[in-house]
Amino acid sequence: MKLELGYVQIKDIVFGNESKISNGVLTVDKAPIEALAKEDDRIKSVTIDIAKPGESVRITPVKDVIEPRCKVEGDCDIFPGTIGSVKMAGFGKTHVCKGMAVVTAGKIVGFQEGIIDMKGPGADYTPFSKLLNLVCVFEPVDGLKQHDYEEAVRFAGFKIAKYIGELSKDVKPDSTETFEVCDFKENMEKFKGLPRVGYVHMLQSQGLLHDTYVYGVDAKKILPTLMYPTEVFDGAIVSGNCVSACDKNPTYVHMNNPVVVDLFKHHGKEINFCAHIITNENVYLADKQRSSNFTAKLCEMLALDAVIITEEGFGNPDADLIMNCTKIEKKGIKTVLVTDEYAGRDGGSQSLADADPLGNACVTGGNANEVVVLPKLDKVIGTLDYVNKIAGGNENSMRPDGTIEIEIQAITGATSEVGFNKLTATY
Amino acid sequence: MSKLRVVHYINQFFAGIGGEEKADTPAELRVGEVLGPGMALKANFGDNAEIVATIICGDSYFAENMDKAKEQIIGWVKEQNPDVFIAGPAFNAGRYGTACGAICEAVQNKLNIPVVTGMYIENPGADMYKNKVYVFPTKDSAAGMREAAPVLAKFALKLGNHEKIGSSKVEGFMEGKRINFFAEKRGSERAVEMLLKKIKGEKFETEYPMPEFDKVPPNPAIKDITKATIALCTSGGIVPKGNPDHIESSNALKYGEYDITGVMELTSDKYETAHGGYDPVYANERPDRVLPVDVMRDLEKEGKIGKLHNKFYTTVGNGTAVASAKKYAAEYAQKLKADGVDAVIMTST
Repeated sequence: MKLELGYVQIKDIVFGNESKISNGVLTVDKAPIEALAKEDDRIKSVTIDIAKPGESVRITPVKDVIEPRCKVEGDCDIFPGTIGSVKMAGFGKTHVCKGMAVVTAGKIVGFQEGIIDMKGPGADYTPFSKLLNLVCVFEPVDGLKQHDYEEAVRFAGFKIAKYIGELSKDVKPDSTETFEVCDFKENMEKFKGLPRVGYVHMLQSQGLLHDTYVYGVDAKKILPTLMYPTEVFDGAIVSGNCVSACDKNPTYVHMNNPVVVDLFKHHGKEINFCAHIITNENVYLADKQRSSNFTAKLCEMLALDAVIITEEGFGNPDADLIMNCTKIEKKGIKTVLVTDEYAGRDGGSQSLADADPLGNACVTGGNANEVVVLPKLDKVIGTLDYVNKIAGGNENSMRPDGTIEIEIQAITGATSEVGFNKLTATY
Repeated sequence: MSKLRVVHYINQFFAGIGGEEKADTPAELRVGEVLGPGMALKANFGDNAEIVATIICGDSYFAENMDKAKEQIIGWVKEQNPDVFIAGPAFNAGRYGTACGAICEAVQNKLNIPVVTGMYIENPGADMYKNKVYVFPTKDSAAGMREAAPVLAKFALKLGNHEKIGSSKVEGFMEGKRINFFAEKRGSERAVEMLLKKIKGEKFETEYPMPEFDKVPPNPAIKDITKATIALCTSGGIVPKGNPDHIESSNALKYGEYDITGVMELTSDKYETAHGGYDPVYANERPDRVLPVDVMRDLEKEGKIGKLHNKFYTTVGNGTAVASAKKYAAEYAQKLKADGVDAVIMTST
């Protein structure tokens, strides 16, 4: 089974009277986007803006970042089970609007939204400063509770990304890339002798605005299961969470899961990348034990030799990370963990809430408590009203001269725990 | 360029006052004087920096009067307004090493002035302070001064000039602080490369060596709960409405102490959560859900517990450094003990 991704390079975004993609320029008509947002009567209004790399622009409070994609072949949809039909995805042909993203913003919780700077030191920390961003700031109707607001913005974001993605349907891609997967039997025969490698992908599912959805199912409610690694490329996993901005996986990151992409690069050569196992990070002890038992069991059943385990979030999920690691290692399967750290502002504190000597191969996305000073930028998309309150800020973050002193925790994607970013830490 | 201003801290021995018999020498400030190891630092500074004052304190005096000595020294350092503060090096002198670490930490945290010290790796001060301040390894005796002076002087200049500080491997100080940097490859690629090495049985280097945790054994059970005074504490961020002490929504830099004398339940008009790690709707609707004052008052009325302590201690657990949490608890545990509290119910979220 194959999935071909056709990359349509977007070189610029402009507003106009008719939405289209022509010669790499995306023209956006605001009216249909506003109409899509207002299909949900919980949304009062949406403001649409464009932020380009290198511009003196700060976007905040950022909720999600989404890559516009569109199915051109294959009987399945983008964002299956969420806004698309629930058919199995991950095969056929998909067009990708490369070099851009839809960024959703709004004061959802007032706590765990992020900052994307398009220029300056903040831009170095966020991978999304390198994209042309179509930013949608959503105002809720009065009195809307946070979780309803989150849901409304989540769906509006996907609808808008799908709408933009569909503009690429008849555009010839600038380049293509093909990912091939096969069934268990064929896989065993075809790649005989290569180490069998899996990806244990932990999904944020602590609940209360810390949720991830798989084909529309709340990941809290799943037992660990298997996916073809290509399914994420069609948006099978989407973000619905408001975990600290630095280490949550925005939907964009799920759609471009870097561990999947980088394991594919070695597949059929040094390794046989044969399993994408998804599991959750529920808060009850019994759930943690059950899910880690199932995950270790799946690794064993699939006769894996080694796995990469990635975490999402911090603190409580550190316990899931260590349970997964120790149980899988004890089955004789080698692990590499990807996490980030909360080592305090001075870097002197213990980095994780749980640890075990079996976790002897660990990649870190850096210390999220590091403090940076972000310069004043010329334009703000959204509002600075929540900078002192979001995770990573404090009462003095907004300084009188317009600069912001804040932990990188507040910067969207800064310490990615699926290894989407280059930041790391050392002693 | 003007010379950087340096204040140097040494003990009575290196100041030439005397050995153990003079260890009770009180703290003193000598403006314009350069003493003992300061001479070696001065030689290495050349025209780039000058020691504007030397502070001397006896090791026993410092250990026995720590708060007073620190306050006094902080005051003097503040007056001198240096660009950088150097303590020691302490080599293998245990109390001196601890004093160097403690005074460096205080100057760094209270005055926001960069600090550096040096000592032998087995000096107890090294383990206590290497994760708080820059501690350079030295030999175990003063014979190591010749090697230590250029290292400390060079690093002090770097600090004083606000240059970017690299990792312990690059700079040479003891491992203790995590330092961020941008790698050449993204994390996923590094993970795949590490995995390939681990599979092949080749040598690989973890980016985060996992610590082994200290375990705290639980105290014995309360003998008679109907007579016990029980306190409520929380990392769930419950605070009086408006968060009067501005406890941070993540990585809290403080904890709060609030009186609940006569408070029968926590209502939404008077209390709320400051916690940034969960949907606050249910906690704000009824803060008792996180800090169950209502249930404790019922138990009190029914005689099932002695009484509910009249103060609660609260902070935000979300992303808060373990070292901070440990510090807050150590501090308010003493207050609880002093108030005769027998047991604590600690709620999280």
